[in-house]
Amino acid sequence: MTFLRRNLPALACLLAGALFFAFGVARGEQFVVFTKAVNLCLECIGIG
Amino acid sequence: MGREKGNPRLWVQAGWTALTNGYLSGFAKGKIYRGPLKNYCVPGLSCYSCPGALGACPIGSLQAVLGSRNYRFAFYVLGFLMMAGAVLGRFVCGWLCPFGLVQDLLHKIPLGKKLRRLPGEKALRLLRYVVLLGLVILLPLYVVDFVGQGQPWFCKVICPAGTLTAGLPLVARNDGLREAVGWLFAWKNLVLAVLVVLSVILWRPFCRYLCPLGAVYGIFNPIAFRRFRVEERACTSCGACQRACKLDIPVWKEPNSPDCVRCGECQRACPHNALEQLGLWTKKVANDLTTQEE
Ligand code: SF4
Ligand code: SF4
Ligand code: SF4
Repeated sequence: MTFLRRNLPALACLLAGALFFAFGVARGEQFVVFTKAVNLCLECIGIG
Repeated sequence: MGREKGNPRLWVQAGWTALTNGYLSGFAKGKIYRGPLKNYCVPGLSCYSCPGALGACPIGSLQAVLGSRNYRFAFYVLGFLMMAGAVLGRFVCGWLCPFGLVQDLLHKIPLGKKLRRLPGEKALRLLRYVVLLGLVILLPLYVVDFVGQGQPWFCKVICPAGTLTAGLPLVARNDGLREAVGWLFAWKNLVLAVLVVLSVILWRPFCRYLCPLGAVYGIFNPIAFRRFRVEERACTSCGACQRACKLDIPVWKEPNSPDCVRCGECQRACPHNALEQLGLWTKKVANDLTTQEE
């Protein structure tokens, strides 16, 4: 069995994941991640 | 565990943790890193409010986007998880997660009788899907305040990685935070304490029962590039693999179980070399008709 056929579901997920990721960047979702990640997360600490 | 001798896993885990949580001055000052790397998720459960963290936690990020009033779907984080899952599956758990490393080290403490499973193990292992669906997805999406903003419920009421690597060091070094702690902090510390004690006698209780990130990666285990294959002609069903597995997985029957964290101990224990780990680099597999991957 060839590498491609054996790994078709993984390749499909990889491609779909890359498209999701790019679409998320286009919508600006990474700014929400960045803003949350550079400010103290009170919920993580156990205060919020 | 004589078989673990020479296993590079611990070194890879430690090296990766040092790399992704290596902002040392954060620990010294009791402050977190605020640079551009925080745009990107790391693959394991690594709290972005840990003073050493250089990247973003994917589960925290998922809740942040779903809870944001501007978005109802998290393409950016899900896309990252799909890519990591497709390539590695739960190999991330075995090799690249700081909180997995913490539990591994706790289990090395030679105290108490080591258990392989708890009563009701099968049902307990389903809890992580409930945590994923309820606390990480549905509550942040639907329990919102008057401006439409949701909260990261998993971080708030459970996550022991947040308590250990963010809560404790930051509260220890900041007077203001120390004054603000209350019952929630006490509750999260109780969850952490139970898991710490349990980790000494049971391998990776948080990963088995509660971790939503492990639940996500486990879904990819059967299809990931990084997966197991059993050479059926070589396998005698002797069960040596299952006996070596600290999660008690019948590897010869179920090589790609969603519980498997790809630690590799079963493969090392097989006396017939019947287990093979496939990866991105595996071009050709011999005797495909006599193998089992599901
Ligand atoms: S509290 Fe836990 S889930 Fe939340 S950001 Fe921190 S490590 Fe991630
Ligand atoms: S199950 Fe969660 S905590 Fe455990 S190793 Fe995987 S990502 Fe880390
Ligand atoms: S099945 Fe093998 S690789 Fe998976 S957790 Fe058990 S011993 Fe580790």
